[in-house]
Amino acid sequence: MTQRETSPEKSSPGVDAPRSYSPMWQLVRARLTEFWREPEAVFWVCGFPIVMVLALGIAFRNQPVESVAVDIVENGTASAWANEQLTKNERFDAEVQSTEASATRLRTGKTDLVVTVTGIEGKREFQFAFDPTRPESVLARNAVNDQLQRAAGRQDVAQSKDVELTEPGGRYIDFLVPGLLGMGLMGGGLWGVGFVTVDMRIRKLLKRFLATPMKKSQFLAGIMISRLIFMIPEVLILLIFSRYVFDVRIHGSLLDLVLLIILGAGTFSGLGLLVASRANTLEAVNGLMNLVMLPMWMLSGIFFSSERFPDAVQPFIKALPLTALIDMLRSIMLEGTSLMQHLPQIGILIAWGLTTFFLALRWFRWS
Amino acid sequence: MTAILCRNLVKRYDSKPPVDAVRGLDLHVERGQCFGLLGPNGAGKTTTIEILEGLLPATSGEVQILGLRWGEHDDQIKQQIGISLQETKLSEKLTVLETATLFRSLYRQGITPEQAIAHVSLQEKANSRVGKLSGGQKQRLAVACAIVGDPQLLFLDEPTTGLDPASRRQLWDIIRGFRQQGRTVLLTTHYMDEAEKLCDQVAIVDHGKVIALGTPQQLIASLGAEMMIEIDFAPPHTPHSTVVDQLRATPGVSEVKLVGQQLGLSVSNLHLVLPTALAQLERANCPLTGLRTHQASLEDVFVKLAGRHLSEESSEDV
Repeated sequence: MTQRETSPEKSSPGVDAPRSYSPMWQLVRARLTEFWREPEAVFWVCGFPIVMVLALGIAFRNQPVESVAVDIVENGTASAWANEQLTKNERFDAEVQSTEASATRLRTGKTDLVVTVTGIEGKREFQFAFDPTRPESVLARNAVNDQLQRAAGRQDVAQSKDVELTEPGGRYIDFLVPGLLGMGLMGGGLWGVGFVTVDMRIRKLLKRFLATPMKKSQFLAGIMISRLIFMIPEVLILLIFSRYVFDVRIHGSLLDLVLLIILGAGTFSGLGLLVASRANTLEAVNGLMNLVMLPMWMLSGIFFSSERFPDAVQPFIKALPLTALIDMLRSIMLEGTSLMQHLPQIGILIAWGLTTFFLALRWFRWS
Repeated sequence: MTAILCRNLVKRYDSKPPVDAVRGLDLHVERGQCFGLLGPNGAGKTTTIEILEGLLPATSGEVQILGLRWGEHDDQIKQQIGISLQETKLSEKLTVLETATLFRSLYRQGITPEQAIAHVSLQEKANSRVGKLSGGQKQRLAVACAIVGDPQLLFLDEPTTGLDPASRRQLWDIIRGFRQQGRTVLLTTHYMDEAEKLCDQVAIVDHGKVIALGTPQQLIASLGAEMMIEIDFAPPHTPHSTVVDQLRATPGVSEVKLVGQQLGLSVSNLHLVLPTALAQLERANCPLTGLRTHQASLEDVFVKLAGRHLSEESSEDV
């Protein structure tokens, strides 16, 4: 921050006494004031992450006992016996159906498995019909087989005992929160910097500022600093909310997380500045932003791991700034790694941030 | 001392086809003057003022602002000038005082934001949001932002366009007050009354060139007549060229122009010329459908020089 030079001997009566006017802080202050007076913007920054976490956290909550839907083909006493054995265990959701009905229900996914029981007590035979590409059907086949085999008199040769582990850290919500955090930093950086800059260009405010002694670097720094400040409530709300509602914990160092968030926000505001450097309509900047954000929304592993994409495209996906950011956020939050263990990804973020910032500075159009 | 010096200024926009917005324009503005660039829309006024403000590069020509050159002393010039663009939309969510404070912070020295607001009589609105201001109040705030850096030279591009008469007069008072402190104002306008009432010197601009320069009084005097007569006819009763020549030869008539169905006469001694002219027209069997007389104005100077009215667009859009 550069304070203006004050030369008291120059100031004459009626001339403003040297108050502390720092152009950059005045710009930041103006941006913050404008922001808080825009209720919609406040909602998008503060309310949206909560709604997102809440909706997805509920939709993908881990059910303690996953029930197995199984249809038993109607076959007199044999099907009645199987139904009786399966309903003993509340894990099974068994129904006796006709051959045609159960086939339709299997095809349409209403049931995981169709079992046909034949023979009499002591000489039972089971036939399982299912789609082997559906994991839940494979599970159902094994579970139903086990249950019926035991009921038919099978003795297990070894004792087995289950220890259940559903600790915070391994749930979908734990996977999701770092992804949403990264998505928020990307969206905020691009919208917060890009949209605002283009809006000021359209209103000729950039041109008006250019006619003052303001330094261009002060202006761009002011815009980026305001973005970093908006990010604070956004990030805090998301982390605190998911901590107290879904018990999402941060396993790594808080300092590392903060540094990473600042780095990420900086990178995406650089990208935002580049997107906004020449556009002079809101439609143009809108299109450009979607062009930049869409691939990352899909590929960078916000909602599911980016590892699911084919190996051939992995180098491209890994080079995206959002992938690098989300990978590091997840690793620090879930695995408790330190920032220094991720030097290549840090390099990717810094490279994106610096390149876009300097290109933006070069191409920036003031009017 | 010279506030603005501009010699043979040329601005060509490299569009297809290239557009010459300014074609060899010369200006000389003394300190302490209120100087007006008067011309129709598209005459090159805004291009000229934006080059002088350092917002546009000139294609060629020399520009000196307060004895300094753009590209060499940009910061020094910017610290000493204040500008108001034709259409700047200041942030609607900020208050008047916040806006003035923001602009104050961009200058090394200046008056307080409160003083700037008081200069444009917006004290009562200091804490109102910009979005709630009327058009005239917004324009006054734009001027407050232009003067908050305590400039020696003020550039105002069409400061009163689109404002109601009361707001226009209010702005004129503000501009006069600024000039009375010995500072310089350069403004563009396409209102002849604004140029006449406000400016010490007026340059009439058309097609990117100064076509007349002087005080408003000098320019009007150059017409050689103090009254204008406008007579309308209904076709086919438009006077013949022989009738026009006859009128031109009448003592006291300095200029006769027939534009469409309208005959314009520049006269002195209206009380003597008018009855004679009407008698001649009656003899030529040209019934009148309208008759107006008015004091000669800068508008008439423009019509005489450019052959059309100020309100008509220039043929080239710039």
